[in-house]
Amino acid sequence: MKMLSMVVLCFAVLTASLFAGAAFGAEEISINGSTTILPFAQSTAEAFMKINPSTRISVSGGGSGNGAKALIDGVTSIAAMSREMKSEEADAAKANGRNPVKHIVAVDCIVPVVHPSNPVKDLTTGQLRDIYSGKITNWKEVGGPDKKIAVIGRDTSSGTYEVWNEKIMKGEQVTPRALIVASSGALVQAVAGNTLAIGYDSLGYVNEKLIKALSIEGVQGTPDTARSGKIVTSRNLFMYTNGNPGGDIKKYLDFLVSDDGQRYVAREGFVTLK
Amino acid sequence: MPNRGETLKLSETAPRAVITVIAMSGILVMAFILYFLTKEGIPILKDASITQLAAGRLWYPVSSPPLFGMMSLIGGSLAVTLTSSVLAIPLGVALALFLTEICPKRISGFFKITLEILGFLPSVVLGFIGMVVIAPYLQIKLELLSGLNLMNASMLLGVMILPTVATLSEESLHAVPQSQRDASYALGATRCETMFNVVLPGAARGIAQAAILGVMRAMGETMVVLMASGGAALLPESAFDPVRPLTSAIAAEMGETSVGSAHYHALFFMGFILLLITLSLNVLVIKIESRGEVK
Repeated sequence: MKMLSMVVLCFAVLTASLFAGAAFGAEEISINGSTTILPFAQSTAEAFMKINPSTRISVSGGGSGNGAKALIDGVTSIAAMSREMKSEEADAAKANGRNPVKHIVAVDCIVPVVHPSNPVKDLTTGQLRDIYSGKITNWKEVGGPDKKIAVIGRDTSSGTYEVWNEKIMKGEQVTPRALIVASSGALVQAVAGNTLAIGYDSLGYVNEKLIKALSIEGVQGTPDTARSGKIVTSRNLFMYTNGNPGGDIKKYLDFLVSDDGQRYVAREGFVTLK
Repeated sequence: MPNRGETLKLSETAPRAVITVIAMSGILVMAFILYFLTKEGIPILKDASITQLAAGRLWYPVSSPPLFGMMSLIGGSLAVTLTSSVLAIPLGVALALFLTEICPKRISGFFKITLEILGFLPSVVLGFIGMVVIAPYLQIKLELLSGLNLMNASMLLGVMILPTVATLSEESLHAVPQSQRDASYALGATRCETMFNVVLPGAARGIAQAAILGVMRAMGETMVVLMASGGAALLPESAFDPVRPLTSAIAAEMGETSVGSAHYHALFFMGFILLLITLSLNVLVIKIESRGEVK
């Protein structure tokens, strides 16, 4: 067993170093980062490669933090991030001689979601904050049935959590009793399988058949309210490059924000820039 | 052209050299992992004292000021490991006893294959079953707040470690010489008495090792607990409370944390704690082994 795992490890290291080497090659763009952005980064990359067969784009997820780390270490050409780069990350990049430049590639908003059988339709930011901080523990208090609330959140380090924390929690701490799931997809599963649950997720992940999105302060999460910022949880999605991009990287980013590229953003359920 | 003697020499020394290098590289990798975990984990002590880390119950790594209490996470790890061991180890040993002592040969072959298949089941598949099948079932039937909890994760972990415990126990039960069983029967013992007074004590050391290996596997397992344990960082008060074991905290938070932050170092420190726990279990296995040799 030990021997086997050692061999596997060696292979993993070898392949990893091969990939790292390839990332430096010419005509090869690598995108690394947020799992939120992954779906449309992938489809636009495929579409771009069809138009420009000489360019190769490899896309990988792993999280906004991983994307930032890859850009800092110089192993990716584009870092996909669902939050803005933190000052400590920007400092680390500068210390490594890199200059992260921000590009807004799509818009998104985060909506509270419940089980489809739940009669509650709308919550205020105050109610949401009280539910997540543990002050409201029964659906009865917000106009629902006399049942306890199963609060489901995301990891403190996810980009989605950060937006929720900033726009809804406003510095208050999420109760330690909250269930924590590891990804946007897992949150949908968890809420769809629990009639008492409340969660929050990116608009692109809301599947009306499985879960029900609530409005916040009477504002429904839609592409329009996200773009105009009418819904408080709207956010931008970013790609970061090292310095002002040129060549193929610039061509890809231009394609992504063009009408053609934005069609793929819309197709994956996200909100286009225009 | 080398003469015959030299060629022979080379053919004898070469395999030895190759094997030595491979064996050493294994040790080197282990040393490197230990060095890396220490180097990346120790800096957390600048932000929090050992007592704050070990006795703090609140895990708010990115709030300001951040709180790095790992007690709930360590408690979560211990709770799932303990519960799954209590569920799986007696069952595994009983299964092994059944296979070696009671079950007819033809049927036992079928059982062994089934066990092996169970062992090959990818943990992510089990986690998925926990999430979409067991969790809603538990939640509705027992009217819980959530079906993603300690019991759900422990049951799945139990399924994961059952093949390890059963297969290894079965091997050590097999190793008990037939002559001892025969001697017991010759003294007039019944089959039941032979099983519990002769075969089981004879294989006790091997069974203990099998159990510890199972415990180690449960302790280090990540995917199942990440998907099915609920992930709330609190000390469980009942078997149906959600928990957040160390492994799932590392897996869930490492991807999005900013490199070099206190949170990042705290996650490596957790890895260090996990390594210490499994290492001490490993030492226990070696102790059990060596005690047998002295006798």
